[in-house]
Amino acid sequence: MSEIIINDAVKRFGSITVIKDLSLRVKDGQLFTLLGPSGCGKTTLLRMIAGFNTIEGGEFYFNETFINNMDPSKRNIGMVFQNYAIFPHLTVRENVAFGLKQRKMDKETITSKVDHFLKLMQIYDYADRKPDKLSGGQQQRVALARALVIEPDVLLMDEPLSNLDAKLRVEMREAIREIQHKVGITTVYVTHDQEEAMAISDEIAVMKDGIIQHLGKPREIYHRPQNVFVASFIGRTNLLEGELVHENGVAKVNLNCGYSFLYPRLNDEKDQKIQVSIRPEDFLPGEADGMKAKIVHSVYLGLNTEYYCVLEDGTEIQMVEESNLNDTFEDGHETILGVKINKINVFTLDGSSNLSIR
Amino acid sequence: MFDLWDAQTILVVLLYVVFLIYPIANLLKLALFTESGFTLEYFQKFFSQSYYSATLKNSFVVSTLGTVFALIIGTLIAYFFTMYSIAGKKTLRIFIILASMSAPFIGAYSWILLLGRNGVITNFFADLGIQTPEIYGVFGIVLVFTLQLYPLIFLMVGGSMKKIDMSLLEAAENMGVTGFKRFYKVILPLVVPTLLSSSLLVFMRALADFGTPMLIGEGYRTFPVLIFNEFVGEVGGSAGFASAISIIAVIITTIIFLIQKYIANRKAITMHTLRPIEIQKPKGVLKVVMHLFIYFVVLVSILPQVYIMYTSFKNTSGMVFVEGYSLDSYRRAFSGMSDIIWNTIRIPFVALILTVAVGVIIAYLTVRRSNVSTGSIDIVSMIPYIIPGTVMGIAFLMAFNNGIADSGILAIGGTTTIMVIALVIRRLPYSIRSSVNALQQIPMSTEEAAYSLGSSKLNTFIRITIPMMLPGIIAGAILSWITMISELSTAILLYTVRTQTMTIAIYTQVIRGNYGVAGALSTILTLLTVLSLLILNKVGRTEDITM
Repeated sequence: MSEIIINDAVKRFGSITVIKDLSLRVKDGQLFTLLGPSGCGKTTLLRMIAGFNTIEGGEFYFNETFINNMDPSKRNIGMVFQNYAIFPHLTVRENVAFGLKQRKMDKETITSKVDHFLKLMQIYDYADRKPDKLSGGQQQRVALARALVIEPDVLLMDEPLSNLDAKLRVEMREAIREIQHKVGITTVYVTHDQEEAMAISDEIAVMKDGIIQHLGKPREIYHRPQNVFVASFIGRTNLLEGELVHENGVAKVNLNCGYSFLYPRLNDEKDQKIQVSIRPEDFLPGEADGMKAKIVHSVYLGLNTEYYCVLEDGTEIQMVEESNLNDTFEDGHETILGVKINKINVFTLDGSSNLSIR
Repeated sequence: MFDLWDAQTILVVLLYVVFLIYPIANLLKLALFTESGFTLEYFQKFFSQSYYSATLKNSFVVSTLGTVFALIIGTLIAYFFTMYSIAGKKTLRIFIILASMSAPFIGAYSWILLLGRNGVITNFFADLGIQTPEIYGVFGIVLVFTLQLYPLIFLMVGGSMKKIDMSLLEAAENMGVTGFKRFYKVILPLVVPTLLSSSLLVFMRALADFGTPMLIGEGYRTFPVLIFNEFVGEVGGSAGFASAISIIAVIITTIIFLIQKYIANRKAITMHTLRPIEIQKPKGVLKVVMHLFIYFVVLVSILPQVYIMYTSFKNTSGMVFVEGYSLDSYRRAFSGMSDIIWNTIRIPFVALILTVAVGVIIAYLTVRRSNVSTGSIDIVSMIPYIIPGTVMGIAFLMAFNNGIADSGILAIGGTTTIMVIALVIRRLPYSIRSSVNALQQIPMSTEEAAYSLGSSKLNTFIRITIPMMLPGIIAGAILSWITMISELSTAILLYTVRTQTMTIAIYTQVIRGNYGVAGALSTILTLLTVLSLLILNKVGRTEDITM
């Protein structure tokens, strides 16, 4: 079991710097997720931890062990790949046993360890099959068993579920979470799927352009995003511009669409132009106090209905309401949208920091 | 960090410097320098006398005609095979492949027996008062080239047509483009890159072939024939001139290669096949014409082999066939030439092992460890592809007869070693290609998975990479094997009595007029080829054949 410590990591490909001065700490036994859009550097960072990418700067540690120049085969990591990377010419059992054989264990130990993990991953019945006879989900289980059986210090997973269909993805992520808990292994998990990240992570680092934008627990990231990028990347949100003023020492938000409300949370901030993030589910249609909106178009999604609305100043917003048998709002309907004030986030005008976090 | 693969890189570079760059550079020196210093005398001699320079034109004429006919026939058959069900398709396919696998000059000598001055067909038609066309010269060479080379086009273009997605054809049909119009409006444009690369391959083979024009060309002399004659000719001191002609040959093939590459790059297409073409049942006239065409072509292309087998059982008296059948020719072949048969197994076998091993290593270096030095290895390794076999033979002989730079080091002239190395260097480009193809289909992450599980680089290469590449390697190896046992143009210059192989023996027996023994040896060679192809069919799929 290990803690992973990364100080000031730098990665360059030629003249392009992909990761600059990135530091983080993954606590022992934690499931830590690197989340971000493609090209954000999450896989690059993971491969630096694994040893498949060179490290141009900074220090990588597993506990006290400095691993920057350690050969990948010496790092004692378990890795699960996006395409599973099962050895096609070996049976399921041989695949899982491969790492143990490299460790020169005796036959009996290998057999018992392999059996244990085959059973744990519920693939014992397929032990003597070749991988091409397995479904994607089963192959992923083989990959996971193969990575875990060597009792690695660290488990690295690179978008392990992205090749599976939606239903299996949910099933497998539960399985991964459960096994990870059971084995208690420090895990770094890479994904671009925010829902997946929310579902399994102890902590998430949201990345963009090689920089960690927000590092925190899933709830913090959704409800108090560090900046506008995180607010709009995690879930969906409406960004409305406005101004922060003070009246008698009480902070007040004046949105450009004409709606104003008191926001005492920012009493200590100075007057400034701001961006306000309001998630679609945080509107309260039909309230007396709120912003005037006209429904333009709606999409019925079963559980919810999405409404596309225009505010008085022409800003377009999205709102989500629980569906009913009869549509509550026809296109063209005008209403007043109240706002769940305690759930909104107020950012500086450039979007770089969240004023609502105290 | 210096590792195993860096060491391999150095070894490979050394291999190419000694056995490719040095011989070619040496050839250049011989062509440009005499004892009195730098001279262009040899080049002037070549271009000023039409006796020499006409061979250039001749080579171009027969190679171009051979390529065009092979292209038409090969593409048509590939189209029919891709689109329609044909009676006996699998057998036809084997026969077509077989037709391309024998040494071309064997075809040439068989056609002489069939259509030559005293040929069976010639005599048959002469009795009916019909005169058959003159086989010697352009007609004979082009005939042999076409029959020898259309299978290569068929295989490559067929492979490419298979990758066309059915929905493209359906989309064309939807817009009213059907039948033959669809063939040249949709299918042909999609395989243009393959048409180009296969034409190049075929053209290069035709241009470099030495045995065919030598036997059937008579007065019609091509480039490789001239090089050979000038080199082994009775008049001494022609090595320099032969070198100069060789250099001209290499320059020409290089230019053709580069032009093809330029065009191919501009026409490159990537296709994603979700749904392969569904084979249709042909109807009516098309069905009849198609079958007649394919069966006629296949029949004509295996006729030479079959006829030689037939002659091998005929009684001979001196140089002529006489009444009756026996195994005399085989008896004579085995009694005097068992060494030769052994050589034909021994030399290519050692060469094959080396070719496969070096080919896999180079493929790994260029695909997985791509950097400047492996990039240059990749380019250099392709050079033998454009060097005619005769030229390679001369270059090797001049480079190593008295050792490197006449120092006595590596004086391997006349040994088995020089024969083996020549085969290795010549076949490597193909071996590398097939290994590269096999390697590119293995995702990098499979090897990374092995590393992460604690496997060293060498262990991963042996336990994971090689086993995954194996089907591709084996298919490539068997093809290399077949090519090597029928190789003539380099061996003819490098062999000695001790290292003579069957192709050389067949060639010399044919020249001497001992058609019976030549027939027996050819039959043994053909059987060896058929056997190899059958093995290939078992372990791999002939669909995987790439040239």
